[in-house]
Amino acid sequence: MSALLELEDVTRRFGGLNAVEGVSFSVAQGEIVGLIGPNGAGKTTLIDVITGVHPASSGRVRFDGQDITHRRPHQIARLGLARTFQIVQPFPKMTVLENAAAGALFSGAASSVHDAYAAARQQLEFTGLADLTDRPAATLTLARRKRLELAKSLAMKPRLLMLDEVNAGLNAAEIAGALELIREIANLGVTIIVIEHLMRVVLSISHRLVVLHHGQLIAQGPPHQVVSDRRVIEAYLGSKYAAADRGPAS
Amino acid sequence: MRSWIVLVVVTALTAALPLAGNNYLLRLATITCMYAVLAQSWNFIGGLAGYPSFATAAFFGLGAYVSAILQVHGLPSVAAWGCAGLIAMLFAAFIGGAILHLRGHYFAIATLVVAEMLREIVNTTPHFTGGGMGLNLPIMRMSVGAQAQFFLFAMLGLSFLCTATAILVQRSKLGFGLRCIQQNEDAANVLGINTYAYKTAAFSLSGVFVGMAGAIYANWTNYIDPPDVFDVLLAIKPLVMVMLGGLGTIFGPAIGALILIAFEEFVWRNFLTIHAAALGFIIVVLILFLPNGIVPLLRERVARRGASP
Repeated sequence: MSALLELEDVTRRFGGLNAVEGVSFSVAQGEIVGLIGPNGAGKTTLIDVITGVHPASSGRVRFDGQDITHRRPHQIARLGLARTFQIVQPFPKMTVLENAAAGALFSGAASSVHDAYAAARQQLEFTGLADLTDRPAATLTLARRKRLELAKSLAMKPRLLMLDEVNAGLNAAEIAGALELIREIANLGVTIIVIEHLMRVVLSISHRLVVLHHGQLIAQGPPHQVVSDRRVIEAYLGSKYAAADRGPAS
Repeated sequence: MRSWIVLVVVTALTAALPLAGNNYLLRLATITCMYAVLAQSWNFIGGLAGYPSFATAAFFGLGAYVSAILQVHGLPSVAAWGCAGLIAMLFAAFIGGAILHLRGHYFAIATLVVAEMLREIVNTTPHFTGGGMGLNLPIMRMSVGAQAQFFLFAMLGLSFLCTATAILVQRSKLGFGLRCIQQNEDAANVLGINTYAYKTAAFSLSGVFVGMAGAIYANWTNYIDPPDVFDVLLAIKPLVMVMLGGLGTIFGPAIGALILIAFEEFVWRNFLTIHAAALGFIIVVLILFLPNGIVPLLRERVARRGASP
């Protein structure tokens, strides 16, 4: 397996705050990587660094062998990196179809406005929104707006898809549906990074976990190994609990 | 297709006005066409991209002065108009590069300063521009009636060109991208839209036709001075017209221009002393009762009627 995305000693500073500090990891082609960590650990910032919204202050980001550290967001999007936002970001007054078509058109996946609409219909079918094509995006329920984010990203024909809490705020039935969808996307050969708070969800779909805490990478590896890692338990539950759970430090 | 038919029919009807009307009517029609150009141009940046620009007066004055100076130096009128449009467009692209990273009120304030800056430049270079004394243009050898027709056709032609461009842009990738930017610029950017390039294109489009309108206006009045062609009302009225007609629509700007000019003329003739207050009154009524403008309102009505059995 070759690395599709490589981060090398990536740091992002905001004034005196190091939101992400010295993070290195790579994601292989076809992998589903879970990116986890307590609130404020720097997960979303890391996605912002990768997509060029907040470029790295130091370090390197490589995608498919190309250095994209200082590329602009729209250039990175056109290379095939797509993301969904934690707080959904539709174009509220545009229709569901137009929203999805925008993804296809501007990422370069479709060559004309006409082709973009065709590609959009296909993705809306795939994400189960085909009945709602003419509704303004603002009128959808949260679960459907999250699906629309997915459809929009998928219409970009991404090679790497970053999902920032696509399940937050959804009920159990909706989550099951969303998980099914993510698995189907992975089956299409799309490499996926999932940011997620719901452990059950991350453990069930990730091939590998990467854990951030205070902007630093504290653990990575197979899911069940990572969740029993002492530093990870400490980060989530405090040192007392870690000590009680594992007995005296080895 | 329907837009093209409406555009051609309305243009043809307006072009037939000289058959029926007197010079007063032609003058009103010319003014309306001029403001339709200004409003339509503002719609590119303000309506589609959602950036509230007050630079219209700057482009107008710049076009007027560029064309006037070129004609004083012997260039034929129509060539000078073309040059004025080109220079206004380049100027817009240049200024846009400097201020289009600003959003909302900050952008509005920055654009407001542009006209003032140009006005001061004109005032301080009297040898070149006439300064505060103003500038006389070469007299056209035509009868009064022929001139009235000539300038109506010139402004009408320009508004046709401008509206045709608007129709093409709205259906193009550019128009789509601008609407995305208006709705959510950050999301548009990560979808792969080069937001900076798109906004600069919109701002340039909002400059080119206004520059030409200013150039034609200069010939029409034969004389320009800074307070006239850099008047802040030239920036505010187009904005009110677009809001009146419908933000981001194709015919909203022209409809807004027609209504506002008609209303102004009515107030001007009947209640001269409160003329200035009338514009303020319209703005207040607009914000309170017609936030989306007339075209979207009509569209909604038609849709509702179509939906009910």
